[in-house]
Amino acid sequence: MSADTHSHHDDHHGDHASHGHGTMGQLMIGFALAAILTIIPFYLVMAEVEMSRTALVGIIMGLGAVQIIVHLVFFLHLNTTSEEGSTFMATLLAVIILVIVLAGSLWVMHNMNENMMPMHDMEQMLEEMQSLQSQQG
Amino acid sequence: MSHSQTASVSIADHEVHHDSPTPIGFWIYLMSDCIIFGALFATYAVLGGGFAGGPGPKDLFEPGFVAIETALLLFSSITFGLAMLQADKGKRDGTMMWLVITGLLGAGFIAMELYEFRHLIHIGAGPDRSAFLSSFFALVGTHGLHVTGGIIWLVTLLTQIKAHGLTTANMRRLGTLSMFWHFLDLIWIGVFSFVYLVRLI
Amino acid sequence: MANAQPAETFSPIFGRLTLDWIPYHEPILVATFAGVALGGLVVLALMTYFKLWGPLWRDWVTSVDHKKIGIMYMILGFIMMIRGFADALMMRAQQAMAAGEAAGYLPPHHFDQVFTAHGVIMIFFVAMAFVTGIMNYVMPMQIGARDVAFPFLNNFSFWMTVAGALLVNISLFVGEFARVGWLAFPPLSGANYSTGPGMDYYLWALQIAGIGTTLSGINLIATILKMRAPGMKLMDMPIFTWTALITNVLIVVAFPVLTATLALLTLDRYADFHFFTNDFGGNAMMYINLIWIWGHPEVYILIIPCFGVFSEIVSTFSGKPIFGYKTMVWATACIMVLSFVVWLHHFFTMGSGASVNTFFGITTMIIAVPTGVKIFNWLFTMYKGRVRLEVPMYWTIGFLITFTIGGMTGVLLAVPPVDFQLHNTLFLIAHFHNVIIGGVVFAVYAAVSYWWPKAFGFKLNDKWGKRTFWFWFVGFYFAFMPLYALGLMGVTRRMNAYPDAAWQPYFIVAAFGAVLILLGIISTFVNFYVSIRDRNENRVGNDPWDARTLEWATQSPPAPYNFPFDLQITGREAFWTMKKQGFTWPKENYKPIHMPKGTATGVMISALALAFGFAMVWYIWWLAILAFVGMLGLGIAHTFNYKRDYYIPVDEVAATEAKGAAA
Repeated sequence: MSADTHSHHDDHHGDHASHGHGTMGQLMIGFALAAILTIIPFYLVMAEVEMSRTALVGIIMGLGAVQIIVHLVFFLHLNTTSEEGSTFMATLLAVIILVIVLAGSLWVMHNMNENMMPMHDMEQMLEEMQSLQSQQG
Repeated sequence: MSHSQTASVSIADHEVHHDSPTPIGFWIYLMSDCIIFGALFATYAVLGGGFAGGPGPKDLFEPGFVAIETALLLFSSITFGLAMLQADKGKRDGTMMWLVITGLLGAGFIAMELYEFRHLIHIGAGPDRSAFLSSFFALVGTHGLHVTGGIIWLVTLLTQIKAHGLTTANMRRLGTLSMFWHFLDLIWIGVFSFVYLVRLI
Repeated sequence: MANAQPAETFSPIFGRLTLDWIPYHEPILVATFAGVALGGLVVLALMTYFKLWGPLWRDWVTSVDHKKIGIMYMILGFIMMIRGFADALMMRAQQAMAAGEAAGYLPPHHFDQVFTAHGVIMIFFVAMAFVTGIMNYVMPMQIGARDVAFPFLNNFSFWMTVAGALLVNISLFVGEFARVGWLAFPPLSGANYSTGPGMDYYLWALQIAGIGTTLSGINLIATILKMRAPGMKLMDMPIFTWTALITNVLIVVAFPVLTATLALLTLDRYADFHFFTNDFGGNAMMYINLIWIWGHPEVYILIIPCFGVFSEIVSTFSGKPIFGYKTMVWATACIMVLSFVVWLHHFFTMGSGASVNTFFGITTMIIAVPTGVKIFNWLFTMYKGRVRLEVPMYWTIGFLITFTIGGMTGVLLAVPPVDFQLHNTLFLIAHFHNVIIGGVVFAVYAAVSYWWPKAFGFKLNDKWGKRTFWFWFVGFYFAFMPLYALGLMGVTRRMNAYPDAAWQPYFIVAAFGAVLILLGIISTFVNFYVSIRDRNENRVGNDPWDARTLEWATQSPPAPYNFPFDLQITGREAFWTMKKQGFTWPKENYKPIHMPKGTATGVMISALALAFGFAMVWYIWWLAILAFVGMLGLGIAHTFNYKRDYYIPVDEVAATEAKGAAA
């Protein structure tokens, strides 16, 4: 029934067992790694493990980054050779842009906030101005 | 001018067939989508401290709840992987069965997210309460909308596989949806780490 | 004058749209509407009389042919240029008049809409339409392809751009447009300070067009990566194709940031979110940060393909391969990455510390290096070449001079202390018009005169082409050099009126320059008219310029399938190689050619997107839901169509080729 429903174009290369869908082994290794990398951070937070805040944040973000790589490799089958490396290059560029957007925004906005007059200073100044005005008035 | 010595142009011997541009095209789309999420993550990072006197993460987030959501998405990634393996073997019924399970897991995730959103709005912690909550709803909600889109796509593809079988066109679509689904799980890693867990320490 | 907006009312059927929003009391708008309506009626009547509706629908609207879509982008660009330039003339006239006590003829409420519309239209619907059009038309042929990677998507992208453009223009006659400047900074653009539909027109128009732009970017990258003729390596591609690749990469990574930012502002306005509000922890500076993360790459999105255009033209008319091919590619790649680390130079004055401002000042200055490399490459290509001074070369030389001046004033602005003096002054306006007119507009004109004979089989009129150039070139200097001077005097941008009458002479000179540019635009259309009228005298062969790249190996105009046979290519400048080899196309043994089918889905979804945008602007919720469900439904229905291609039979190929050979 499907003979006339898919196009001519498709007939030419109908290799169903096509590239890059992975194997059961890959899927299971990926699953095991992802599960471990998910359970650890949740455990750290839910069991309220005693550790410095910075260390905990570092560990959770680090494990997250590793798990993203696990997903890329074992589920999305990212490698340096498919599509003549274009897939990998596209991913690399996206990562660079993401880093620029995230780190850049944080740096720029943090720096700007530092240079802004803090709210309570401003309120104080407004009060002083008002009292000056009322004295003059 | 060294190149001109080897340069040549001739009629190709047989009809040229380019591989389908769909996988790389869709991957590029995913990267661009990833940057939308990047902008939303950046917004959450910058504005996430703007509580405006309202509730903060520790008042609102339940790590146990998020853990179940995470599990649902991770399992759905695995079941999609199993569907792909069935499809590679040309087994239509097995493929469809795993796809249905994937869709149900995704729907469970969405149901939980909707419940969480409804609950937050109900207790006065809606997106209009503070910049922190605005950026939380925008980021998590955008991810949820993507998963919803993925489920609609999945249902569509199920009807098409049922009607036409695992044709080349349908295999290509299945591969594309698989990328999309795994990609959403990947974004969720960022969400549960950066949006929820880190803010609960 | 109707400065106050109509009262906010809401009805379930028309949302907040009431008759009060139709500006029939504004003579300028009524006259414009009458003109547009009359012109439209004449066109409709003529089309009906000559029975053109069928061919228009079949051969253009539903066409997925990259060449047709490219030409339609160019038409969109020229039409929107008329609209955007009308806005420019109005501003120049207003500022030439409104000195001292005089108020001019445009009240602030209207003037603010005019400068916002001018910026939005010129960037999104003129410059973007032009560069997308040129890339669409030329690039697939340069790599020996028959069409783009996703032909349906190409058609859809185009119509989404049109839907966005239409939404902006509807705002002229139904309601009003935004009054916030082209990037719509909050809190001014937020719900509290921009009431009424103007700002919402802005948001939905840009979101709808943005979808088209992003998809078109993905499409063209996939085309370059996957559809090249066998044997053509990346480092064998023509420079224009390289610049197209890099531009589209920039589109794909930059536009998502715009989409996200505008979506956040939309949530602020529609759903009471607090991203960029003054209260509830919002931070308007975050908007400015995000929008410029997109905004700076955007200006490179506009200029990089123009660098490609000039590279092709310089090489062809100097009769030499481009000087420094590899440095050209690497310089472009460097600009791509650098364009992402300079965005803060747009808001040095917002309050960052010295460390941040220094970093971004230096990265900005570094961009001048790869750009300088390119300028020298073009000069060295001409050096010792047999330069033929045809019209495209006029534009190229005009570009080299003008763009270099504009680039230098840009480096001045990159110095933070200088920027503190010049920020938001007319110096900045002069600078970016210097690079956008000198770069993008000149490149578009150069490209149109260069590839016109390929697209239509006859050359444009030489005399009118040169007149167009001289009017634009001289007009530009008259229009913008006074603005540099005014900027140095501290005159800020976007002023409706000014108290210091000493500035007036400069504004009058600038207005005179604008009139010269008007003459240049009129000459453009006279040129089109005269050239089409005399087309039979101006017919040329397939290679009128003795060019070097593959698009010239096709017929003029090219057959729907571009090339009668698939080519195997080694090395650069494939067409030059063919000419040296004495290559001729075989006259027999044609094979059926595999092609994509046209479809109406793209234009239909886009029409619904336009309805959706309009409904969202006016809070007509039922229509918005209906249109959205319709878009989704049409999109899904389209995936059930598996028959998207066909074969052109051998007879037809043979007939087309015979006709081409006879011409």
